[in-house]
Amino acid sequence: MRRNKLSQIWASVLLTAIYWMRNYPISIVASFLSPLAIVLIISFVSKGALVGVAVEGALITTFVLNGIMEMTDISHLKNDFKIQDMVVASPTSAFSYIFGMSLSSLATSIPSIIFILILWSVFVHTTIVSALTVFAVVALLMVLSISIGFFLATRTSDISQSYQFTSILGLLFTTISPIYYPISLIPMPYRYLAYLSPITYGAEIIQSATGYLSISSMNLAVDWLVLIVLTAITLFFAIKDLRWREA
Amino acid sequence: MPIECVKLTKKYHGATSKSLDNVNVSIPTKGIFSLIGRNGAGKTTLTRILGTQLMPSSGHASINGLDVVDDAKELREIIAVIPQDGKPVPWVTPAQMIMTYLMWRGYGIRDARSRALSVIKDVGIYKEKDKHIENLSGGTRRKVLVGCVLASEAEIVFMDEPTTGLDLISRTSFWETLGRLKKDRFFLLTTHYLEEAESLADGIGILDNGKLLVSGSMDQIRRRIRYKYMVTLGKDAKVPDVKGKTVRTSNSTKIMTSEKEAKKIASEMIRRHAEFSMSPISLNEIFYSFVKEDIDLENGESHEEK
Repeated sequence: MRRNKLSQIWASVLLTAIYWMRNYPISIVASFLSPLAIVLIISFVSKGALVGVAVEGALITTFVLNGIMEMTDISHLKNDFKIQDMVVASPTSAFSYIFGMSLSSLATSIPSIIFILILWSVFVHTTIVSALTVFAVVALLMVLSISIGFFLATRTSDISQSYQFTSILGLLFTTISPIYYPISLIPMPYRYLAYLSPITYGAEIIQSATGYLSISSMNLAVDWLVLIVLTAITLFFAIKDLRWREA
Repeated sequence: MPIECVKLTKKYHGATSKSLDNVNVSIPTKGIFSLIGRNGAGKTTLTRILGTQLMPSSGHASINGLDVVDDAKELREIIAVIPQDGKPVPWVTPAQMIMTYLMWRGYGIRDARSRALSVIKDVGIYKEKDKHIENLSGGTRRKVLVGCVLASEAEIVFMDEPTTGLDLISRTSFWETLGRLKKDRFFLLTTHYLEEAESLADGIGILDNGKLLVSGSMDQIRRRIRYKYMVTLGKDAKVPDVKGKTVRTSNSTKIMTSEKEAKKIASEMIRRHAEFSMSPISLNEIFYSFVKEDIDLENGESHEEK
């Protein structure tokens, strides 16, 4: 039989994103309520001065949280429903499954991304160069968060653990990292704490590209380097430790 | 070509004993083969190794000439699996679940949809096809997973305890479905329902403590055991002096014995005008006999052997 590779990838997107949103439309609203709420708070507190940064933060949050939350879907399919066992014993490759699940994360974010991009077009001044920079950083952050999600999903034995990991990481990444405001607003020495989160480096690049943060070229280069290296390392470990067939 | 296991062994990391211990077996891939055994006997481990989900520690296993380790990719083209405790995803409908599984197997979206709708009728869940799975009964959910593998082209299907938790009617319906489909496919399933395995499986394997104690058709297995007949007498019946194994329960006395001795007891019971029944030994008794599990003692019942 001739296998349709696109179908094999699309299956994961259908199951964990399209059908989920179609059968439970309320999930679409829920997906962008959290970042939108913070955008409103930051805008009110800063009297509108930081609304652009807050919108950038909402975009980062959407990609990062949905990437990490993919862990719960993987954990559901693997530990609760044992569907992953059925997929392992099928012509689907580990790559198709993982790629499909990653796309699923992106698909789940689409309603939220569209909404944020509308806000972006109103509040954030963007050039072609800055748009490309934002796209590159967001893509790296997504790979990073999905890799973290996969890495942890292979180590969880039930969904409760996945929920705990997702909550902790989501909270740490979106509070320690200055994604809704410039890092310069964090007083010393707490600013160093922010650099423990990989998301901080991405946020700095985006804020710098859109004119909300002024940093030296050297700092910018370090931000790119750290973000790329961390993403590569996390991706490597996620793939290396992926337990497709149990030992 | 059959399923071949040669010295197949599995010891999980950190475990003190082997879950599978030097299993050697040849199973023809026709009809239905049922693996029976106590909890922890190694049924799931064997099924998962054959289903290419788990690596063996040593030994070899092959299906239709394809090695489960070296040729896993090719093997996955012809096999399908329903895992123990497998459940369809609750937020989709049966049609969507089956369609998704078929797409994972590489069917195009249109083909997957038409196959899904067709198999839904076969497994008797057409009325529920558009309901969310979370609103369906356990039996119907199980049928959704069965529909997934049956809608596929897989020639060899592994099912780990597919009827556990189903009511009698759902179990009967499930076995009838398998009985209809076994002409075109091979089903290897594990079960705790021995009477079902006995009446519907073409071959049976008994696993205990990771060892395959016996395997073959019911007739082949019966030939391997010492006592081939079971005579059941009333609770207070005087047991005739015959060679065999006598088990006393709270409301009857059972004698496992040879055909000749069983006939002798029957004659004696007829002469006494006493109630009795006589039948070839069932899979239950064979199972107890092979695993040497003294269920009677566990239940506070006594037995003696002459």
